[in-house]
Amino acid sequence: MEMEIPYTVEERPDTGLYNGKLGIWLFLASEFMLFGALFSALIMMRTGAISWPHGYTLLNVPLATLNTFVLIASSVTVVLAWANFRLGDFAKGRMYLIATLACGFGFMIIKAIEYGTKFSHHLYPAENNFYAIYYTMTGLHGLHVVGGMIVFAYLIWPGAKLWSHDRQRYINRVETTGLYWHFVDLVWIFLFPTLYLL
Amino acid sequence: MSGNSPEQIRHETRIYLTVFAALAALTVVTVAVSYLHLSGWRAIALALFIAGIKGFLVAGYFMHLLSEKKLVYAILAVATAFFLLLIWIPYTEKDSQDAARAAAIAGETAPAENGH
Repeated sequence: MEMEIPYTVEERPDTGLYNGKLGIWLFLASEFMLFGALFSALIMMRTGAISWPHGYTLLNVPLATLNTFVLIASSVTVVLAWANFRLGDFAKGRMYLIATLACGFGFMIIKAIEYGTKFSHHLYPAENNFYAIYYTMTGLHGLHVVGGMIVFAYLIWPGAKLWSHDRQRYINRVETTGLYWHFVDLVWIFLFPTLYLL
Repeated sequence: MSGNSPEQIRHETRIYLTVFAALAALTVVTVAVSYLHLSGWRAIALALFIAGIKGFLVAGYFMHLLSEKKLVYAILAVATAFFLLLIWIPYTEKDSQDAARAAAIAGETAPAENGH
């Protein structure tokens, strides 16, 4: 016998949220802790070091600035996708999701160029504490970008079938994925100045 | 949260585009300020202040935290409390770090005295 999971679309009366939304916020709270621990490690190493390099003397600020623009552009395209799906315009919503995915690719290509340059100069995480925390934080953040891209690709192609038979559930999936994506953007907003500019 | 009438959704869309323009402008400001090469704490305070405004715009408007359900605020309040605890931990180690740093500097400047 098939049992239907309740509150995948409508809001649960006690929480005021549909289950997916409650789930994504609990997940984001744990992500907050994950990156929080790394920011804590960065503060500890930086304040405890005899000398600590300025990020802008070692890292490529113009490339990271470009990546900041790419990521904030992707944040706006994902909310525009959600808005268009809610207006019932599937084609336009999907186009914005494709734009978001393209931004994700753009971000990772720029990141690969940045890492490639460092590797070509034999600058690996073992070089010193600065590079260790730089690769750890930007690498983990990059993995989150890749994770988001996989979900967007699913929503654009195979997952798009849901639109035709359970439209609201599809819109909710776009909303929860968007919340995750904004969080990834939010982490970068703090990573960019702390690692590259200070 | 946000309503679902076409007019409300179009109004939200205009807000999203305004927030995007503000985020782009603040990114330019962040980078421009970094070229001033301000001293230690001033640079950190200003960079984090601008990042804080950008974070507020993303969380408040794109993630709709300005008009979210109480349970979401409760979840984030717990997470924020533990986050602040994590950020506070390095300062509890400050004395031992200062001592270790002083010892390291002494070791570098007077190697003959301690036999290294």
